[in-house]
Amino acid sequence: MAQYGSKKKKPYGMLIITGIISIALYTILLSNQSFFNDYFSRGGLYAFLPIGTAFIFSFVHGSFTGNFWTVLGIEAAKKKEVK
Amino acid sequence: MHDVVNVAANFINLDAVNLIYLFLVGFVGGLVSGFIGSGGAFVLTPGMMSLGVPGLVAVASNMCHKFPKALVGAIKRAKYGQVDVKLGIVLGVSAEAGVLYGAHIQESIKKAFGDAGSNLYVSVAFVVILAVVGGFVLRDAWKTYKSGNAHEEEKVTKLAKWVQSINIPGTMVYFKSLNAKVSVLFTIPLGFATGMLAATIAVGGFIGVPSMIYVLGAPSLMASATELVIAFVMGVGGSFKYALHGLVDIRLAMIILAGSLFGIQLGAIGTTYVKPFMIKVVMGVIMVIVLFSRGLMVPVYLSQLGLITKLSDTTVKALKSTSFAIMIFALALGAFIVLRAMWQGRRAERELAAKQVLEHGKI
Repeated sequence: MAQYGSKKKKPYGMLIITGIISIALYTILLSNQSFFNDYFSRGGLYAFLPIGTAFIFSFVHGSFTGNFWTVLGIEAAKKKEVK
Repeated sequence: MHDVVNVAANFINLDAVNLIYLFLVGFVGGLVSGFIGSGGAFVLTPGMMSLGVPGLVAVASNMCHKFPKALVGAIKRAKYGQVDVKLGIVLGVSAEAGVLYGAHIQESIKKAFGDAGSNLYVSVAFVVILAVVGGFVLRDAWKTYKSGNAHEEEKVTKLAKWVQSINIPGTMVYFKSLNAKVSVLFTIPLGFATGMLAATIAVGGFIGVPSMIYVLGAPSLMASATELVIAFVMGVGGSFKYALHGLVDIRLAMIILAGSLFGIQLGAIGTTYVKPFMIKVVMGVIMVIVLFSRGLMVPVYLSQLGLITKLSDTTVKALKSTSFAIMIFALALGAFIVLRAMWQGRRAERELAAKQVLEHGKI
């Protein structure tokens, strides 16, 4: 829901951009599974790879999912006490 | 733990069905986590193991999806002013120590009593803690509901008032969620217990959130939001520890994350529509149902240890499947309550908006 009586602009552009990057990231991950399994499970200093990857995915996909619900009109309540 | 060379060979093949399954469980887990600050892990780890993922890889991969999820959830809920970052970090750091100690105890038990002993310990911890804490949380939520005070501000418990009144010079820290100074000598054991529970049953929040509410005096909404900070701090450390041994299957972690980030955003939004006691309702309901799920497994492990008469394979299989089904039911019911409460909240908001427009004659 947008503000009462006023319409907030929905982030369609951001949704598309973050969506494309997110899909690209997942495509890379799933189409090179043996590569990722090999390098990411080497342990030691390679431990930074899965941690770093998790941060990148959370940033991109997190923005995408946030925009996704906003575009669908599902946003936080405007008033704390709704009754 | 150190068979690093063999770990990659243990990573399962992912087909479309597995992908969808992990995505969906991730979504529901995320939805509940966004709302109550934790949850989901107790279904995700056995869920992955049911696909053939080795136990340690399942635990490691679950943790590696948990911290980015918690980060996104914490940022979202911080926008609603529900997060006490300082409290989250203070508790998170001591929770990290609790995780390490909890993992150490687990290893010792495993060494002494084998897998069945370790599983029994986990199940008994589940049953005892969930019965005591879950029962208490649910009873409190029920009392609030019955008293008709659901709209009022939550009252700080007597215990929390006492904790806040104790002044130990040199250890006092101000926390905005409590609007009071509390000695870190109280927060450290609470964080430690949260971490120990996280290492044992994968859901530290079942101790973390109630202790913030009842022992420290934080409002439910802030406690559940701050738990996400604790989960993030614990999750980064834990994931790194597992990654050092090459145990994280990044594909599993990221696929679950794909679903759970949709869920956690929705769960976080949901908190803005509900009355605070709903956090306690969802948490208490899940805890009590999961308690039965784990309780069913106790005879299985007792029989494996030879402490009771050996159960037949069919009985063991039936108990295992029922236990898993109950766990999924717990999570699904939690998600249902969240969505329903959110739906009602949104409807009430729309009606209020429509009424305001009518009153002002602005049609």
